[in-house]
Amino acid sequence: MSYSALSLLIHAFRGHRDWKPAWREPELKPAYDIVIIGGGGHGLATAFHLAQLGAGTIAVLEKGWLGGGNTGRNTAVIRANYLREESVRFHAHSMALWNELSSTLNFNVMFSPRGQIDLIRTWGKLRDLRRRAAIMERHGVEYDLISTRRIREMVPDLDLGTEGAIEPGFGGKRLPVLGGAWHPGAGVARHDAVAWGYARAADALGVDIIQNCEVTGFRRDGQRVTAIETTRGSISTSKVGVAVAGHAGVVAELAGFRLPVDTWPLVAFVSEPLKPFLHTCINCPATQIYVNQSDKGELVIGGGPDRYRSHAQKGDWETVENVTRSLIDLFPRLGRVKLLRQWAGMIDVAYDTSPILSRSPLDNLYLSVGWGSGGFKAIPAGGEAFAKLIVTGMPDELIAPFGLDRFQRGRPLFETASASARG
Amino acid sequence: MSTLIPCPHCGDRPVQEFRYGSEAPASRPQTDSSIDPAPLSSLLYDSVNPKGLASEWWQHTAGCRLWFAIQRDTATDLIAETSA
Repeated sequence: MSYSALSLLIHAFRGHRDWKPAWREPELKPAYDIVIIGGGGHGLATAFHLAQLGAGTIAVLEKGWLGGGNTGRNTAVIRANYLREESVRFHAHSMALWNELSSTLNFNVMFSPRGQIDLIRTWGKLRDLRRRAAIMERHGVEYDLISTRRIREMVPDLDLGTEGAIEPGFGGKRLPVLGGAWHPGAGVARHDAVAWGYARAADALGVDIIQNCEVTGFRRDGQRVTAIETTRGSISTSKVGVAVAGHAGVVAELAGFRLPVDTWPLVAFVSEPLKPFLHTCINCPATQIYVNQSDKGELVIGGGPDRYRSHAQKGDWETVENVTRSLIDLFPRLGRVKLLRQWAGMIDVAYDTSPILSRSPLDNLYLSVGWGSGGFKAIPAGGEAFAKLIVTGMPDELIAPFGLDRFQRGRPLFETASASARG
Repeated sequence: MSTLIPCPHCGDRPVQEFRYGSEAPASRPQTDSSIDPAPLSSLLYDSVNPKGLASEWWQHTAGCRLWFAIQRDTATDLIAETSA
């Protein structure tokens, strides 16, 4: 059934009693043409695009529930202000898809392109962002350096630390804000809705979405996977797509190879709901914090990853303290605001902080892993590109730089413009 | 993570004094005139990244500054053993 204003009105008159589930709960079949491991945004988007390409029978296996991993744990920021030409091109394409996503899926993902301000507090960062602005201009992404006066007009609550300064960098706060970079196309979206929207659209095209189904092993014939062992039985398949986060290394171990990926906790937390005062996303690399205000009024706050690798899914309290300190530094009047809840996503960070969207050491197993702290924003373009890769077996031009072989070929893509970048 | 890490030289010290360095790699592959790039590349870039017992190098940055080996369960964040 298609959702529309009319269908909403009809259901309203019936007292919302007969809404149907948005997707089926099918029985697991013994064989599929393609099996996608991971029912988060990337896995579901990949299944949707595979079904659109008519790639045969498709199943998505999810260990827990849909979007229960990093898709539901991130701070929902969507942006394209990266450093590398390859990353900017990819994320500019993803942002274009985000703008159309609600109508593509017939599901309101609540994409809100409210813009992002990157605060510049060191001369080095100013130089870095000027370089990034030049790269983004080549790819049609608007990214403009703005003055502290303009920042003050846009976000009056920000303490820029320029009070008492003789000139920028002298007097006032230790690191007064020197300026900013305005990224008007950036925004946020409702993360659950992204998983649910893709699940519903994929299900309508015949994809079997199997929840509570953990992969426990692979059966191989030489360098080919012939079947996948799961907690709900064995599935034979001719192609496998791995779209997991936090467990890329675990799944690779089951398949018999290693990845240049480490797993780190990335903490996020929200405040109690406040009246609307913050209309853009704020990112401050110098003090490692980014914050936006949700439609409910909660501040959604994140920072850098913890200081050590972990799979424990809880995050370190030290990080919460540091990020909170950075928040009060930017918004002193939030000092008395309470935090509501805190959680952590386990991010798989590749050696060069760029994703791995690639063929694998096995012939018919493909990888969409290592998305680090930036997987959510990449879902539309990542799903589209990964589906094409699985069907053709060859990466197209957009994702060719993200191949697993880039390390051995001496072509790593060190990306500094991400929360998980190596200091 | 435990709030204390037993430094092999200084004893139990707060976790904030320490820095995670890297995974402790398996032994370096033999390099001679017939170098195969695959195992060397794997040594440089690949991680075991286990969900469970991991071997890592840590440094006591705000203390004796010495490096030491640590055995740590990444699924529970509990430290099994440290050694100089």
